[in-house]
Amino acid sequence: MKKTLIIIKREYLSRVKKRSFIVMTILGPILMASLMIVPFFISKWGEDTKNIDVVDETGIYVDHLTSNKSVQFNYLPTNIKTAKDNLIKSGSYCLLYIPKPTLTDSNSALLYYSNKQPGISVTSYVHEKMKYVLENKMLHDKYGLDKKDIESVKTTIDLKMENVQTGENSSPELTMMIGLFAGILIYISIFMFGSQVMRGVIEEKTSRIIEVIVSSVKPFQLLMGKITGIALVGLTQFMLWIVLTLGIVTVFQASVFTATKKNVSTEQKGINVQQHTLMTNTIDKSTPKDEDTEMMNSVMHSVGSYNYVMIILMFLFFFLFGYLLYGALFAAIGSAVDNEADTQQFMLPITIPLILAFVLSQTIINNPQGPLAFWFSIIPLTSPIVMMIRLPFGVPTYELILSMGLLVLGFLGATWFAAKIYRTGILMYGKKVSYKELWKWLKY
Amino acid sequence: MDILVTHNITKRFANHVALNGVSISVPQQSIYGLLGPNGAGKTTLIRIINMITGPDEGEVLLNGEKLRQNHIEQIGYLPEERGLYKKMKVGEQALYLAQLKGLSRADAMKKLKYWFEKFEIAGWWNRKVEELSKGMQQKIQFIVTVLHDPKLLIFDEPFSGFDPINANIIKDEIIRLKENGATIIFSTHNMSSVEELCDDIALINKSNKILEGKVKEIKNTYKDNVYQVELTGYNHELKHQLNGDFIIEQEAHADDILTANIKIRSGKTTNEMIQALMQFGNVHAIREIIPTMNDIFIAKVNNDTLKYNSATNLTE
Repeated sequence: MKKTLIIIKREYLSRVKKRSFIVMTILGPILMASLMIVPFFISKWGEDTKNIDVVDETGIYVDHLTSNKSVQFNYLPTNIKTAKDNLIKSGSYCLLYIPKPTLTDSNSALLYYSNKQPGISVTSYVHEKMKYVLENKMLHDKYGLDKKDIESVKTTIDLKMENVQTGENSSPELTMMIGLFAGILIYISIFMFGSQVMRGVIEEKTSRIIEVIVSSVKPFQLLMGKITGIALVGLTQFMLWIVLTLGIVTVFQASVFTATKKNVSTEQKGINVQQHTLMTNTIDKSTPKDEDTEMMNSVMHSVGSYNYVMIILMFLFFFLFGYLLYGALFAAIGSAVDNEADTQQFMLPITIPLILAFVLSQTIINNPQGPLAFWFSIIPLTSPIVMMIRLPFGVPTYELILSMGLLVLGFLGATWFAAKIYRTGILMYGKKVSYKELWKWLKY
Repeated sequence: MDILVTHNITKRFANHVALNGVSISVPQQSIYGLLGPNGAGKTTLIRIINMITGPDEGEVLLNGEKLRQNHIEQIGYLPEERGLYKKMKVGEQALYLAQLKGLSRADAMKKLKYWFEKFEIAGWWNRKVEELSKGMQQKIQFIVTVLHDPKLLIFDEPFSGFDPINANIIKDEIIRLKENGATIIFSTHNMSSVEELCDDIALINKSNKILEGKVKEIKNTYKDNVYQVELTGYNHELKHQLNGDFIIEQEAHADDILTANIKIRSGKTTNEMIQALMQFGNVHAIREIIPTMNDIFIAKVNNDTLKYNSATNLTE
């Protein structure tokens, strides 16, 4: 036991001290935090304001097209010819020309550009705004409705879900995201840390240090020491990721809230989130900030509505035992070959369940309580991934316990199997090993 | 007292028998040569002694006790195919391997310092193994093998990879270890080092032990009462004139010197042979031909009669 601890210590420290580990540990949280923060910044500063010159011969659209922070309409009184000539000099993004309607062509417009073709976001924005103005005009002309009437019937539906038993509310997209994220993270990390085990075994075999070590400790001690050491590396990495990500997000959140508060107090504006955006033609500088705060709040609120402690604990459990199960199998493969290139033939049967679970994730999300989801979240080879996908949707406790129990059993079985292959394989050189050969090793 | 005894060790692999009822006894504080051609089963036997694999039949006794896992700390093993973690620093790695042998970190540190200074390699402590030459790595492996003062040391081809100077340093260390009370099992193909170092040997061929004993006794058993004599001023018809008690096995003439390998029938003495030879010329020199370990090895492995090596072979 003491020697196993010495091995664990070496396996752990030699990996944690590696530059790649430190880089990953720092980059991971930055990436994850940016997944939450960057969209916020993109919406805030992502685009320059694009000036669109408008020459409107119909007179319908003048002063009615709504500008926003990324698109600014400028109405030109000149005729189209001078405007076109002017376009290159003025540095405007493009020129919107709305000719007088003809008999055959009533609602058409033309977008002139000089060097850069307008992006889809601009064209669809222009299209949508023109449509809006025209529809409003027609509603007004035909039915006498004015803008206020039209706005008053506009609604958005906010579909929320709530669990009657626990009172938790959630949105399906977020549930899906969390499940998928956790599942993919387990998939990637099993591969990542599992192949680290395999490479470690191959390294010991090819450098021939193995014989020195197994003359000091039992092969099983070395196997367990290696697998456990790398498991601790994985757990350390996840712990650091979780703590650092939460740290970054919290700091960011705090700074955004203080900035917003300051902004509100200096400009002496009440936040009235119900009546903003489309109503106003002029650009209200405080509007984006209000929107941001609201968006941030709503994200944070719905994110907060999940039982995170439970999900994180389950994640760590399924990662740990899923990794232990696969790590043992990866070690067995490493012991059976002389170099990494030979691993292919044995990798296939191990990767199939993992990839299958990954491929089926979409089906499982669509029906998280179906028989497919049930069985794949019970079978130990696929359960670490599939159960994590199902978990945010809610899984009956007995299924969870069954799945966890079977995973532990699967781990014990895989370790027994791997140890048998391992202790023969590590001392076997220069022999292309077949499945038949492996079967014999099992019976030694 | 024998420090290590194996009783009828048999080890079978899927397709062949690696060891077939092999029994050896290694006397305390001796250097014991484990000889045999490639694939004879030496490495398997060594692995069984090191508890890397277990025997199918038979048992191993260390100091009269059946081999247990904690005996491993009394054994030091330098495998033939040996290596170190390439990316790890020398000192760190030596400490790790020493700790696996049951030394405390502080103890290991103290002993490593002593050995690193002795071998004049203290400056390597913080270098990575991959930066060292193969010979340098071998030195570190040797240190790690002997560091925990094992009672039984097993060296499998310890000199391979060393230049003659370093091989001598290692040889002297091996002799010194023996003088300090350790027992050494020494597996090699290099027969001259066997003659030089070994007190006892066992010869394993095709999974069976075919010879065991003290080197001196074995050589005496295999000597054939053959003497090499040199005559000057000789009569050319020596071959036909010597009576049947003295058989000339080989004969060569060069520079007025006749050299002959003569076998003496049992019951006759060297004095009688000299007397007989004196009739034919002046006896210039005479010495007994004792087979080398190399001769014995080849003869036993090929199941052949003893042929002398080139040093004493006159026809080639």
